[in-house]
Amino acid sequence: MVLRATGKAGSPFAAVLGRRPVRTISASGAAAYLGEAMRDVAIVATAQSPALRKEERRNEVEILMPVIHELRENAKLDQDDIGFTVSGSCDYLQGQPFAFVTALDAIGPWPPIDESHVEMDGAWALYEAWVRLQHGDIDTALVYSFGKSSPGDIRRILTLQLDPYYLVPMWPDPVALAALQARALLESDGVSEKDMAEVVARSRKHAKDNPNAQLKGDVDVDQLLNEPMYLSPLRKHDCPPITDGAAAVILAAGDKAREITDRPAWIRGIDHRIEPHSLGVRDLTDSPSTRKAGEVAGVGSGKVDVAELYAPFSHQEIILRRALGLGDGVNVNPSGGALAANAVMVAGLLRVIEAAQRIMDGSADRAVAHATSGPALQQNLVAVLEGE
Amino acid sequence: MPERGEGTIVERPLRLDYDYTAGLAQSRFLKGIAQKKILGERCPKCGKVYVGSRGSCPTDGVATDGGEVDLPHKGTLTTFCVVNVPFAGQSVECPYASGYILLDGADIPLMGLIQEIPHDQVRMGLRVEAVWEDEVGPTLQSIKYWKPTGEPDADYETYKMHL
Amino acid sequence: MSDVLRAPHAIEYTYTRSVGPVIDRFFAGLGEHRFQGIKGSDGKVIVPPTEYDPYTGETLTEFVDVGDVGVVTSWAWVTDPQPGQPLDRPFAWALIKLDGADTSMLHAVDAGDESKMSTGMRVKARWTEDNVPDMSSIACFEAEAG
Repeated sequence: MVLRATGKAGSPFAAVLGRRPVRTISASGAAAYLGEAMRDVAIVATAQSPALRKEERRNEVEILMPVIHELRENAKLDQDDIGFTVSGSCDYLQGQPFAFVTALDAIGPWPPIDESHVEMDGAWALYEAWVRLQHGDIDTALVYSFGKSSPGDIRRILTLQLDPYYLVPMWPDPVALAALQARALLESDGVSEKDMAEVVARSRKHAKDNPNAQLKGDVDVDQLLNEPMYLSPLRKHDCPPITDGAAAVILAAGDKAREITDRPAWIRGIDHRIEPHSLGVRDLTDSPSTRKAGEVAGVGSGKVDVAELYAPFSHQEIILRRALGLGDGVNVNPSGGALAANAVMVAGLLRVIEAAQRIMDGSADRAVAHATSGPALQQNLVAVLEGE
Repeated sequence: MPERGEGTIVERPLRLDYDYTAGLAQSRFLKGIAQKKILGERCPKCGKVYVGSRGSCPTDGVATDGGEVDLPHKGTLTTFCVVNVPFAGQSVECPYASGYILLDGADIPLMGLIQEIPHDQVRMGLRVEAVWEDEVGPTLQSIKYWKPTGEPDADYETYKMHL
Repeated sequence: MSDVLRAPHAIEYTYTRSVGPVIDRFFAGLGEHRFQGIKGSDGKVIVPPTEYDPYTGETLTEFVDVGDVGVVTSWAWVTDPQPGQPLDRPFAWALIKLDGADTSMLHAVDAGDESKMSTGMRVKARWTEDNVPDMSSIACFEAEAG
C-alpha cells in the first residue's frame, strides 16, 4: 500500500529551499526514489532500561546490553537475523569522541553488520531504519539509543548545539530558551501557569503506572504553583529531570512483522521537519514543523486514542497538542512523558516505544508519537501507529 | 583578534567537565591494577579473554562473566610505532616506542611504552614484561613501561590472529 | 574503595572559526558599537544577520543599520548565573527587537531585579570599552534611560 507519508513528489533529498518548515530527507522523497509503493513497516518488539537520575555503577555498554538482549528475546531474533542496525546518541554526553562506536560492544556486531548511527535522538535513528526497510532487500531492523545525562553538565552540553558565533559565547542553556518560549506563550493567549502545572500533575500521575519512570506521584496543582520560580517563568517541575537510560526497538516489514508478533504497531505515516535555527526568527508560541509533520504523517485522518509527545518542558505539551490538533479525548503521555523521565537522546525514541506498546497490547488502535530535537522545539518528528 | 589568510577568525574556547564513572568491568580491572594484578575477563560464548574489558565481548555482545583470569605480567609485542613528533600533552621524550602487548593467555592487547631497549631494535614478536611504578593505584599509569624479558622472540604464528 | 571507580574528566579546546563575510561585517560593526541587520527575501530586516534567508534560502547581501535600542519581546529571569554568561549577578535573558529590525536577538538584560522586567520594555545596549569586533563588545542590555 502507499503510506500516507507519500505526500508530494520530489527529489529524494529535498533541498532546504522550499517554504518552511523543511526537511532534508523526506518520506515522499524515498517513495519517489523507489518509484513504487511503500512497504508496510511495524514496530514488533521494544525494550527499555529503568530511567535513573544517575547510573553510577554501569557504563553505557553495561546499561545497553541487557536492553538489547531483552529486545531480541522479545522478538525471538538473533543479531544474525537483523538486516540493519542503527543507533541514536550523542558523544558529548560521554565526553568521548566516537563513543557510539564503543556502544556497539553491546550488540555483538560480528561478523560485520550493516550498521549506522545518527547524532540525534533515537527517534531519528528509527526514521532511518524505516527508510532503510523501504529498500526492500531486508525485513528487519534494530534501533537503539542510549544516554547518560548525569556525568556532564547537560545544560552546558546542550548549549553547544546553538549558533557558535552569536549564541554560544553567552552560554544560554536550553532551560533559558525554553523559558523565553514559555513566557511568549503565557503572554500570547489564554495559557496560564495553572495550565502548565496541570500538565505536570497529570504527567506525574500517569507515571505512577510506568515502572520505568523516574518522577511519579500525586501532586496538587495549587501546591505546584506555590513552588518558587526556577528560571522564571519556569518552575523546576516545568523542566525535565536529568536521566540516564537506554531503549531499543525492532522494526519488521510485512509478513515478517506478523510472524514475530500477533499485533504489530504499524507505522502508517512518519515525517520530520525543521525550523530556522535563529531563535528570534521563529514564532515560539507555535510549532509549524510539528504541524506539517503531523499533516504529512496523517494524524488528522482518524481518531487518535493515545499520543506520546516529547515535551521536555510543560508548556511545550500545550504547543504540541495545538499543532497536532489533539482534542480532550486523546490520552496524552500515558507513560508520564519527558517530565517523568528524560534521558537525552533516548526520550524521543521512548515516545515511539510507549505509543507502540499501547497498540501492541491492544489498549489503543491508533496512536501518535512525537519526538523533538534542538532548542525550544526546533525540529520535530511525528509518526502515526495503528493496529491491524 | 587573530587573523588567518583573508578570512577573519574568531576564537571560541570550550570546556566541559564530567564526573566519569568507569562502570563495573573497568572498575574491576583498575582495582586489580591497584594490587599489581592484571585481570582478564572471559567471554562465556567464545572463550576469549579480554583485558581492560568494558563489560562485554565486543564480538558476541554478551557480558564477560565467563570467569576472571589473573594474567601473567609477560607477553608479546604484536605491533608498535616509534614516535618522533612531539605533540601537546606528551609525557615521554621523543623518540620513543609504544606498542600493543598481548599478555600470555589474553586475546586482546594492552597498549604500553617499550623501554630498556634502543627504539631502533624494537620489533614485532619481542617478548616483554611489565615494569611497575613504586606506588601503584587504580590507573594504567601504574605500569611504568614494558621491557624485554630476554626470551627468544615469539613465533609470528602465535600472535598473527591478534594484529 | 567503592564498587565502581570515578574520576573527573574534562575536555577543553579552543575552536578557531572562520566567520565569513556576513558575520565579519556584523562583528566589525559591533567593534564600532553599532548594530547592522540584513534584508531578507521579504524585505524584513534580520538581526543578527544571516547569510541566507531562513525561509527561502536565498543569499542575502543588503545590510541595514539598526538601532542599539529596542524592545523586549520575551524574557526569562536567571537567579543563578552560570560561568561564561554575560553577567555574574541575577539577570534576564531576553529576546530583543532592535529599532529597525523585524526579528529578535538574544542577549542579557541587567535589570537588577525581576520586578523591573516586562515584555515591551525598551532596552539599550551597554557596550564594553575594548571595541572588540566580536559579540564580547556587547556587555549586556539595560533599561533605556528616562
